[in-house]
Amino acid sequence: MSAIAFPVPDAGILARRESIIAGLARLVPPQALITSDDERRPYETDALTAYRRMPLAVVLPSTTQEVAAVLRYCRDEGVPVVPRGSGTSLAGGAIPQEDAVVIGVSKMNRILEIDYANRVARVEAGVTNLAVTGAVSAEGFFYAPDPSSQLACSIGGNIGMNSGGAHCLKYGVTTNNVLGVTMVMLDGSIVEIGGAHLDSPGYDLLGLMNGSEGQLGIVTEATVRILRAAEGARPVLFGFPTSEQAGSAVAAIIGAGIIPVAMEFMDKPAIEICEAFAKAGYPMDVEALLIIEVEGSDDEMDAQLARIVAIAREHGVKTVKESKSAMEAAAIWKGRKSAFGATGRIADYICMDGTIPTGQLPYVLRRMDEIVKGYGLRVANVFHAGDGNLHPLILYNCNDPVEAQKAEDAGMDILKLCVEVGGCLTGEHGVGIEKRDLMNFQFNPEDLAQQMRVRAVFDERWLLNPAKVFPLEGRVAA
Amino acid sequence: MIIHTPTTEAQACAVVKSVVDSAVPLTLRGGGTRAGLGRPAQAASTLSSAGLTGITLYEPAEMVIAARAGTPLALVQETLAERGQMLPFEPMDHRALYGSEGEPTIGAVAACNISGPRRINAGAARDSLIGVRLVNGRGEMIKSGGRVMKNVTGLDLVKLLSGSYGTLGFLTEVTFRVLPRPERIATLQWRGLSDEVGVALLAKALGSPFEPMAAAHLPARIAGEEALTLLRLENFSDSIDYRAAELALLLGDYGTPDLLEGTTPAELWIDIRDASFFAGSDDAVWRLSLAPTNGPQAAAAIVRMIPAARCFYDWGGGLVWLAVPAYGDAGAALIRAALKPLGGHATLVRAPDAIRAGVDVFQPLAEPLMRVTAGIKQSFDPAGIFEPGRIYAGI
Repeated sequence: MSAIAFPVPDAGILARRESIIAGLARLVPPQALITSDDERRPYETDALTAYRRMPLAVVLPSTTQEVAAVLRYCRDEGVPVVPRGSGTSLAGGAIPQEDAVVIGVSKMNRILEIDYANRVARVEAGVTNLAVTGAVSAEGFFYAPDPSSQLACSIGGNIGMNSGGAHCLKYGVTTNNVLGVTMVMLDGSIVEIGGAHLDSPGYDLLGLMNGSEGQLGIVTEATVRILRAAEGARPVLFGFPTSEQAGSAVAAIIGAGIIPVAMEFMDKPAIEICEAFAKAGYPMDVEALLIIEVEGSDDEMDAQLARIVAIAREHGVKTVKESKSAMEAAAIWKGRKSAFGATGRIADYICMDGTIPTGQLPYVLRRMDEIVKGYGLRVANVFHAGDGNLHPLILYNCNDPVEAQKAEDAGMDILKLCVEVGGCLTGEHGVGIEKRDLMNFQFNPEDLAQQMRVRAVFDERWLLNPAKVFPLEGRVAA
Repeated sequence: MIIHTPTTEAQACAVVKSVVDSAVPLTLRGGGTRAGLGRPAQAASTLSSAGLTGITLYEPAEMVIAARAGTPLALVQETLAERGQMLPFEPMDHRALYGSEGEPTIGAVAACNISGPRRINAGAARDSLIGVRLVNGRGEMIKSGGRVMKNVTGLDLVKLLSGSYGTLGFLTEVTFRVLPRPERIATLQWRGLSDEVGVALLAKALGSPFEPMAAAHLPARIAGEEALTLLRLENFSDSIDYRAAELALLLGDYGTPDLLEGTTPAELWIDIRDASFFAGSDDAVWRLSLAPTNGPQAAAAIVRMIPAARCFYDWGGGLVWLAVPAYGDAGAALIRAALKPLGGHATLVRAPDAIRAGVDVFQPLAEPLMRVTAGIKQSFDPAGIFEPGRIYAGI
């Protein structure tokens, strides 16, 4: 695939590569600076692997001060910077460009402080999402946002993309669970935004940072909210004869005043793919599957499930399967969370991430199927049903350039459909390069110009992750 | 004073465009019940949202409601209640504290990020605000966010607008995510605990799996002679029975709590939400936000320096409401010095204009952040026409 354009590399910067590397070498220890072809190669892409660009150099600082020194240097030299967490972005948010220095926070992976009485943890930006929960689980606590990549993805990357996950229906996304950050601005100044307290004075810069895709500064530490886990959690499988029935059951559950911690939807192709991989016991004779998770004491879960089962029966549920053990529960989630990986075993795929008003679900499912079939391809659907965040997986063969282009085109058509029905281009993966050129479809020029003027307050020369989020044409400075 | 009352977004844009060139500052007004927030505005004209009313979208099954900015908050809440839903963040009503009149609007709740006791668990107004439409200082119509709760498309200007107190733009329409109303609400109440012990109780409860929705401590002589320590549970009825019993067991060392149902605790929680205990006095009122377990220490340090100070705690101790005599700087220097070693920030919520004009109502920001703040203001409102000086002098 080569549809998405990158800025033309700055020949002057490429010509100065040796001197820029020498300058960086004065700022960080030798092991923190990566310049050889072989060692730079792992950084040339992220999880949007169809696109790759070799960066000028990669720096892996160990301290906030090192990040500050490198950023200030790059600003002074006019060199673009691409911030990187763990490189798991599905939107190409961490893909570099030839004239850019990658600043990766993966070595900054310490848990700095855990304060159970105030229910916060302070961690470095390179700590993985799951490691935060791992650090506090012995005391019965957890960190709520849980993207599928949580084993690998970093807190810094989560903040950059405002990551979600399966459980945000009840617990919110990253922006609702981060209370403070230490951030390095492009000029090297180090600022504290928020902290262990709530609702800082002045404009909500913390809210602005979440989802800013590395365009405003580099977060090096974060204070995150940790929550006491419920006494128990139980995922239950509900198989429906049609997607429409599954969708109307979701609406009825919410209408009855029940907010399960998670409501995940899978269509038949996704069920087959995930069951073949995870052996989770998913029903194979249904068109749509809901994984609904409830929390609480055993009695509370029984009571809540009884209500949900009754509603599901009113909407024609065919199969109800409760997890009887922790192992069964884990298998149910393994199937769902490995949906992308399992799909990758049978075909190449691109994973879309639009959000729609849930009332539009039956229409959108039907239209998506038509769109993808129109390109002669197949689609498998997994998504967060409670909040309408879709993840259609468009299957194709990446060795066939024609098919690859069709897959990309189908994906773009689906995202336009999401916007047309009142939704948005991306619910949790971010814009990156992938959806950059569709931004004009969701926003009018004034909307985008306002966003770009805010961006320019932090980076008027467009040095921070410059190829991302905003269309390359028509960019606005201060 | 001129009052502009546009009835369409196009008219609102036209009003702003008409004043940009002359740089005549505007104060933005909803119901006018919270005009005491921030520094006294220095504006010649008023841009009112009173002509922009009505609920524009309500989808109970999608848990989303949108309304024009001037829509009375009460109408939004009644509409939600008819379908068994509510705003998640329990917005404070400032009328008691300010002695103001009029109808609070949904737009002002968004613009000032107004929350209440549920904030500790369910998030602030900014966490539920998912979409805004606004007129910026160039007279352009801008949208950010939308009607779906998961949306990371572009920079999150929704967050910037929430808590901007009108300094960035004139909101015309706001969209919130909503939640089901609980089947039952009950409050566990302990009597006679000291501030330290009461806040320790709240911390232990908030760190339990039993999900208190609100957690407050009222020292002696705030709501009666005895101190009250309060945990509010919201859930299905069976769960309330179970969780109240489990919490009483977990917190047995603190004494046996009463379980209160019905209207008495509801009124008490409204008083906590609205800081009504400080209504009717001439005292200056501060709001301190800090790590919850530091609340009592901060309050004690302040009372040592200002013996007439009175306080109570919401958000498990993390929100300290403080009343002090309204003279000089209303205690600004002392209060902020007391917070310095503990972290957090202090906001002067009520004081005579003369005092609020002379002190930083909001905690001053570090220099690089103040520069960013000025830049953001400039990016929305280059001529500086919206609420000049409302949040910081010169912004």
